[in-house]
Amino acid sequence: MKEYIELHPILQFTHAKKVRFMFEEEELEGYENEPIAAALHAAGVRVLSYSEKHKRPRGFFCAVGKCSSCLMEVDGRQNVMVCMEPLRAGMKVRRQKGRHQSK
Amino acid sequence: MTENKYQIAEKTVDICVVGGGPAGLQAAIVAKELGCNVLIIDDNPILGGQLIKQTHKFFGSKLHYCGVRGIDIATILSNRVQGLGIEVINDATVVGYYDHDTLGILRHDNLFSLKAKRYIFATGASENMLAFDNADLPGVYGAGAVQTMMNVFGVVPGKRALVIGSGNIGLIVPYQLLQAGVEVAAIVEIMAKFGGYYVHAAKIKRAGVPIYLKHTVIEAKGRDRVEAAVISEVGDDYTCLLGTEKAIECDMILIAIGLSPLCDLLYHAGCRIEYIPDLGGHVPYHDTNMLTSKPNIFVCGDLACIEEASTAMLEGRIAGARAYESIYGKKGEAESIAKEAARELAIIRTSPFEERIVYGKKTLAAR
Repeated sequence: MKEYIELHPILQFTHAKKVRFMFEEEELEGYENEPIAAALHAAGVRVLSYSEKHKRPRGFFCAVGKCSSCLMEVDGRQNVMVCMEPLRAGMKVRRQKGRHQSK
Repeated sequence: MTENKYQIAEKTVDICVVGGGPAGLQAAIVAKELGCNVLIIDDNPILGGQLIKQTHKFFGSKLHYCGVRGIDIATILSNRVQGLGIEVINDATVVGYYDHDTLGILRHDNLFSLKAKRYIFATGASENMLAFDNADLPGVYGAGAVQTMMNVFGVVPGKRALVIGSGNIGLIVPYQLLQAGVEVAAIVEIMAKFGGYYVHAAKIKRAGVPIYLKHTVIEAKGRDRVEAAVISEVGDDYTCLLGTEKAIECDMILIAIGLSPLCDLLYHAGCRIEYIPDLGGHVPYHDTNMLTSKPNIFVCGDLACIEEASTAMLEGRIAGARAYESIYGKKGEAESIAKEAARELAIIRTSPFEERIVYGKKTLAAR
């Protein structure tokens, strides 16, 4: 919860209630309904997934659900656009490795 | 794996507006005021499109909400939409345009179809990427994306930013980063002159942020996140001049080199698409009434040409009025709304910043 803006000359941020969620094996806090990507960045997480072939780290890019750079695994579902997906209490968020793997 | 449960539900309306940004909202408001049954589909939880992150004040006349911040214009328009009782489906993505002019819409795990007599597409645009070494490192972000993260959600995804591009987004976002307490290392611009309005550049210069003209970024450094950027001067042919490379410490590289219209759905619908670089790339053909090559599809806003919110709203008003008329026939009120908006557009487009747009629209008309 370290990188939320507290003082701003124009904006006042009203956050919803704090919720806990899991990122990999770590428990983190964020605000309910903010995009999962916002909660992860506020917690200092930048690497959201790894590319399929060269395992290169991938991060946030467009914030409008268009670029596919932020696809993660959320509660077992793959290819979730975390720049759009709202955070809920108890979510289990994992870095996706490569493309969606059909099981 | 959770199984998606698809529900099929049918719905029919007069006008369906795809995209609830400045253009789409104005189109919906005008069409509803004239008496149409209107529905808006948007993929965000709240209406307003990219206005919801624009903390700067707008220019122009009263009609263009001059002096009002973008975020407040979003509220004004959404309140109007609500007051008029326009139906809104948010958190929903239009996934395709199918036979019999039907839209497929995905909302959460429900897929349903919708049919409208007329469609007004106002899908907007997405940020362009720039190729350089390590351009895929986390920390290389769209400038607009960072603006969303900080101005809508109050999260700053870094501590020191380097901005590539000095159009209005490239000049406004760094100023807003400073307001949010983030350091801005520099702005890098490949042209010999900054691209945006002088007033935005002046604010940035007063704040002490250097603007490197005739420079470009050639590499991002870092293992799993950006730790520095290497920039280089360019010659008159825009190739890098050897020996002028310089490393700039930063943990974010913000790309603000332009936008591309989101016209995939229009391709799917079978609208004629033309490549007009001055309008932002591939755009759906449209006439001055914002009608595409298909008689039931109108467009407006950044989808029709990459411009700005003020002009997007005016194009939206034209599209709304003309879409109404195409269903219910000519009406004096609709004619005067469209004429007035066209007149205002013509005034804004006399600005030297609008030369490319005017030229682009002419090129498009001749295709």
